[in-house]
Amino acid sequence: MNINTTKVISLLFFIFSVFYLYTAYQIQVFAFDENAPFNARTFPIYLGYAGLFFSGLKVILPEPNTIKVQHKNLEYKKTGILILIAIIYGATILKVGYFLTTSLFLFTSYYFLGERRWVLMFLLSFPFVAAFMYLLHGVLDIYLRDPFLQSIGVMG
Amino acid sequence: MIEGILIGLTTALTFQNILMVMVGCFFGTIIGMLPGLGPMTAIALMIPITYGFDPATGLILMAGVYYGAVFGGSTSSILLNAPGVPGTVATSFDGYPMAQQGKAGKALAIAAWSSFAGGTLSAIYLLFMAPSLSKVSLSFRSPDYFALMILGLTAIAAFSSKGQFLKAMMMVVLGLMLASVGQDSLSDITRFTFNNMNLTDGISFVLVVMATFAMSEALTIILKRNDPTSAAKQVSLTELGSIKINKEERTKMYKTIPRSSIIGFLIGVLPGAGATIASFLAYGMERNVVNDEEKEKFGKGSVNGLSAPETANNAACSGSFVPMLTLGIPGSGTTAVMLGALLGFGVQPGPRLYMTNPEIFWSIIMSMYIGMVILLILNLPLIPYIARILAVPKNYLIPLILFFSVTGIYVMSFNNFDIYLMIGIAVVATFLRLYDFPMPPLILAFVLGGLMEENLRRSLLLSNGSWEFLWDRTLTLCILLTTILIVVWHFYKSIIRK
Repeated sequence: MNINTTKVISLLFFIFSVFYLYTAYQIQVFAFDENAPFNARTFPIYLGYAGLFFSGLKVILPEPNTIKVQHKNLEYKKTGILILIAIIYGATILKVGYFLTTSLFLFTSYYFLGERRWVLMFLLSFPFVAAFMYLLHGVLDIYLRDPFLQSIGVMG
Repeated sequence: MIEGILIGLTTALTFQNILMVMVGCFFGTIIGMLPGLGPMTAIALMIPITYGFDPATGLILMAGVYYGAVFGGSTSSILLNAPGVPGTVATSFDGYPMAQQGKAGKALAIAAWSSFAGGTLSAIYLLFMAPSLSKVSLSFRSPDYFALMILGLTAIAAFSSKGQFLKAMMMVVLGLMLASVGQDSLSDITRFTFNNMNLTDGISFVLVVMATFAMSEALTIILKRNDPTSAAKQVSLTELGSIKINKEERTKMYKTIPRSSIIGFLIGVLPGAGATIASFLAYGMERNVVNDEEKEKFGKGSVNGLSAPETANNAACSGSFVPMLTLGIPGSGTTAVMLGALLGFGVQPGPRLYMTNPEIFWSIIMSMYIGMVILLILNLPLIPYIARILAVPKNYLIPLILFFSVTGIYVMSFNNFDIYLMIGIAVVATFLRLYDFPMPPLILAFVLGGLMEENLRRSLLLSNGSWEFLWDRTLTLCILLTTILIVVWHFYKSIIRK
């Protein structure tokens, strides 16, 4: 049986709305607010029901134009690697510092996307990030945390 | 008034003030292009500098930065689908597809001329209507605002193409759900944080925009790299195209600009509304007034679709000065920062400002027009150079887009969690985009979420829990009827099409 993915997404959204609605009912409000015309849980409850209504309709009603995605043509592997590199970048940026992690993130991303012009890859990572950092930190005075540069005495 | 205008002109045309407008426009454009650094940041950065000047000069500099940042935001929206400023999100709906079709230069030129026209027209409206408009804006009550938000959300009908209404509505609800995360604004009760301190302040707008637009766009390009259906799209990305606007396109703009400038200006005048809502509404309204053939082009590189939000967001910038100068109520976050600066100068905004400090009031209005001219002179010749950003090979462009997105979030919060959250939302958004779930309704709902809840709360509390507030006031009823008409018209058209 061929399952329509849009309907599956709508069904997932329906389940998500059930969870959202349940959580909305669990929001603790102040005792004096419990019977007020509007409290912290009123709007989320309306939203939960709206989510159930629209996703429910999408599941029930016939699909006018079905979208077919050719999965074999999609580059899942490269996209996955890029997401993984971005996660590692996010995990290390605070501990290692902006300059080194950003430069390495750019360099490895260029590499995994198939680039092999090493000089250009280098120029568009380390010196580029240094110039960008100078613009933000030096010119615009926006603080950028960088333990690595601080440890080698480049940044105060 | 003539005397005031002359005083304003004399002040605005001094060498120092013209220089300030130029510096402001230039810096604003650069900062606006950087995702995450919007006009609010740009103006905040300027405050320490302006304290060395007299109030009029300081405010003229900040107004220049404001316009420049909004224009800069359009540039990154059109070229990278990474709106630098929330007010330019709607610009990317048609600006980016246009750039993908090899018309980046033209898209930037249309944006520049529309911004100029929108700003100029609204400066004229401001000149004649500022004092009386302050009274009109005061007459808006919470139910009217709530109805206006509902009307704003019906603009999703404009974003959803054939058969996508329910998908768009689901995205609206998802946007509102995301906006409900964090502390309740009145009671400070935390909602949907699951005891995670990082979510207490809610999810940042920049984070959601970066994730659903810039990051998910970058991921989609990589994902569809070998997809034969998107190959043509990718080839044309390297073409810059001409910046000349032909007669047919000019004719379209002549019709779009006046109506969008009026919408933009009026929305800008309402306290708390601002350029973002104005641009979305203008886009939605424009789609509803054009013919069927043009309607089909919306979201695929329509001239009207690009011109409308660009005109409206600049018109709203001028409009937002009305409540700030005449009532002391900021029309947007950016004017709130400017209001702080104004108070810092010892100037008390209010209905009597244009009588007690005419040089400040009128010189700002005059310098707005001068700022528009300077912005056009500065940016039009630079378009061919700015547009070359598209010629950067995708192997470099994609990591750079990801880098700008992460940096935008990093400088805002210095928090790993926000980066993970952004990546997570981007992955979900990429998957949803594969199946044609539209992202613009999600963003619009996210923007309106807080305001909508706030106004619904006030309305319900004032009416003691009764929903009668929806038809008690004529203004509220009119707005709601317009909303219903739009939805009914949308359904009628889709049935006719079938």
